[in-house]
Amino acid sequence: MSISEETVDQVKKLEADKYKYGFVTDIEMETAPKGLNEDIIRFISEKKEEPQWMLEWRLKAYKHWLTMEEPNWAKVGYKKIDYQDLYYYAAPKSMDRPKSLDEVDPELLKTYEKLGIPLKEQELLSGVVAVDAVFDSVSVATTYKAKLTEMGVIFCSISEAVREYPELVKKYLGSVVPHSDNYFSALNCAVFTDGSFVYVPKGLRCPMELSTYFRINAENTGQFERTMIIADEGSYVSYLEGCTAPQRDENQLHAAVVELVALTNAEIKYSTVQNWYPGDETGAGGIYNFVTKRGACRGDNSKISWTQVETGSAVTWKYPSCILQGDNSIGEFYSVAITNNAQQADTGTKMIHLGKNTKSTIISKGISAGRADNTYRGLVKIMPKAEGARNFTQCDSLLIGNTCGAHTVPYIETRNPTARVEHEATTSKISEDQMFYCQQRGLSPEEAVSLIVNGFCKEVMKELPMEFAVEAQKLIGISLEGSVG
Amino acid sequence: MSLLSIRDLHATVGGNEILKGINLEIGPGEIHAVMGPNGSGKSTLSYVLAGREGYEVTRGTIAFKGKDLIDLAADERANEGVFLAFQYPVEVPGVVGMTFLREAYNAKLRYLGKQEIDAMEFLKFVRSRAKTLNMSDDMLKRAVNVGFSGGEKKRNEILQMAVLEPDLAILDETDSGLDIDALKLVSDGVNELRSENRSMLIITHYQRLLNYIQPDHVHVLAHGKIQRSGGKELALELEAKGYAEFSEEAA
Ligand SMILES: Nc1ncnc2c1ncn2[C@@H]1O[C@H](COP(=O)(O)OP(=O)(O)OP(=O)(O)O)[C@@H](O)[C@H]1O
Ligand SMILES: [Mg+2]
Repeated sequence: MSISEETVDQVKKLEADKYKYGFVTDIEMETAPKGLNEDIIRFISEKKEEPQWMLEWRLKAYKHWLTMEEPNWAKVGYKKIDYQDLYYYAAPKSMDRPKSLDEVDPELLKTYEKLGIPLKEQELLSGVVAVDAVFDSVSVATTYKAKLTEMGVIFCSISEAVREYPELVKKYLGSVVPHSDNYFSALNCAVFTDGSFVYVPKGLRCPMELSTYFRINAENTGQFERTMIIADEGSYVSYLEGCTAPQRDENQLHAAVVELVALTNAEIKYSTVQNWYPGDETGAGGIYNFVTKRGACRGDNSKISWTQVETGSAVTWKYPSCILQGDNSIGEFYSVAITNNAQQADTGTKMIHLGKNTKSTIISKGISAGRADNTYRGLVKIMPKAEGARNFTQCDSLLIGNTCGAHTVPYIETRNPTARVEHEATTSKISEDQMFYCQQRGLSPEEAVSLIVNGFCKEVMKELPMEFAVEAQKLIGISLEGSVG
Repeated sequence: MSLLSIRDLHATVGGNEILKGINLEIGPGEIHAVMGPNGSGKSTLSYVLAGREGYEVTRGTIAFKGKDLIDLAADERANEGVFLAFQYPVEVPGVVGMTFLREAYNAKLRYLGKQEIDAMEFLKFVRSRAKTLNMSDDMLKRAVNVGFSGGEKKRNEILQMAVLEPDLAILDETDSGLDIDALKLVSDGVNELRSENRSMLIITHYQRLLNYIQPDHVHVLAHGKIQRSGGKELALELEAKGYAEFSEEAA
């Protein structure tokens, strides 16, 4: 089936319920009492059977968070969050750490099936993708563990890593995003519940894509996952992250932290398709997605590449960044951010050049429709020692209709005269000419918009791994539904 | 029975009446040429037939294969078999030519309730069509019309027509901007598509094209009406005399 037809099919299926991942799994949950204080943090730490150092680390972050102010510089507006009115821990009761997939509650497996994520290993694409699934606060299952372990790859939930690989965790946790970094990352440090942990040993090209699927289910629950990926010298790993949440009238908070470390000659490719519930047409409900993602190219010749397709969430605040420490290291950021109806996105990247001959590329495609607002905010910073550093930035915005907005806010700071920084920006509209041209060739208005937008995003889409690219193309069509006519 | 039957067609654009009572019958397999001064409403007629938004029919009827076209949306008309080769083809950045063709082709198959075509089979089909028009694979890999020369854009329109195999093809000044060799190529391509159940409405300013593509009828459109109709000798007469006889004063 062709992409645009599938898109239309999907859209039709969604007519009753436009957000198809909007269902709720009916399962008994164990939650911590509402609100945030040191006892809650102790509760979480205890639930996770964490060592003392971990608890202390959390408490330190919490104390720091108390001294901080919620940031308001982003071009987003939202109802003030009452941090005492949230649950910070929610776990399906039936599954205190399942040992194997057979112990996982069938209701949960059904949820993932509905989401199109088979957790039965034999059903997975003949071993090309290994999945870690996070349901509210706990990791449900990690597939292909044995096979990965054999190769020396660690791929597990971060809670498990804290218990099983404390040395690795201690060495790297907070080394890229320290607890004092920002308001939401401090909060995450204090209360993070789960997320994925990846370690790829020296010289190994990880032969399968590693993938995590995040699912928010419980009501009034914040999701604070924490992901760490460490690529040891000369290794390579490609990691995929997908997200959905049920449709609810209240807003839900998601404040994740992702830390990547690439050592000498290592490469990490991190791809996200974010499809959290965006709220309805009037702007009610939806996820607040306040995420800190950062990668450190620690070694020479290392490379980190972020690719994101952001279609969901009511409010997005997210700047996947690269710290280019090693000489000749490379940072890349490819982004598609789509906002429709009342969605708001303030997203972009930071490229910090420290090492010699470091190179960064930023390609950002923002699409706004309805009454949505879409802002690209980026920082390129060249430090004094970054001899011969180079950056190329291209920011393109596409507007659909007359009631949406697109904004580009690039900051460039150069402290080395040999640096070369290029910035290009365009803003365009889907023209009536293009629409008519496509329709004259037989495409419906929805198919035409989907095709034109996919064309607009092409440079980013081609960076996605195959399995993800098809899903992302479909998502683009779905999330723009109702934007024409 | 006519394939296309236009009766007393009046249409406005931006509040101005541009078409003021067009009557035209096109039978299956016939080629009709429409000539006329700049601004006389030729492109407007093509847009009205194709169902472009903003081109409002205020009076009259258009029947295509016995169906009333006016109630159909632009994409439905296309899938019914109306094709317009644009006077100014539109760029679609990032959309590869081959993808565009396949999406269009499959849209029509779906409309007709048929199975979509296999990607490999389609590729072969398009290549064979492109060859006749001397278009390289390279051009099919590029984004639709982006960075194409004027002549390449026109050839690309004819390729799309050759692939979509419409019942009625409207060619709006496909010959302008073509060099002598390209004009020959495009004409050959069009002639190859002539068949007893495919009709064409060819809008042109130049008699030369009609040496290559022999029309059955020639019409002069001026002031929103067809002022005169005749055989291909009418084109020669216009070439010699110009449009003076159809000027505002004369009319
Ligand atoms: N959007 C519009 N608003 C008002 N007038 C319009 C609009 N579009 C076209 N027109 C007018 O309609 C008339 C017919 O235009 P049209 O493009 O159909 O002419 P044409 O016969 O194709 O001319 P040419 O030979 O130059 O291509 C022109 O006077 C033009 O200015
Ligand atoms: Mg014209």
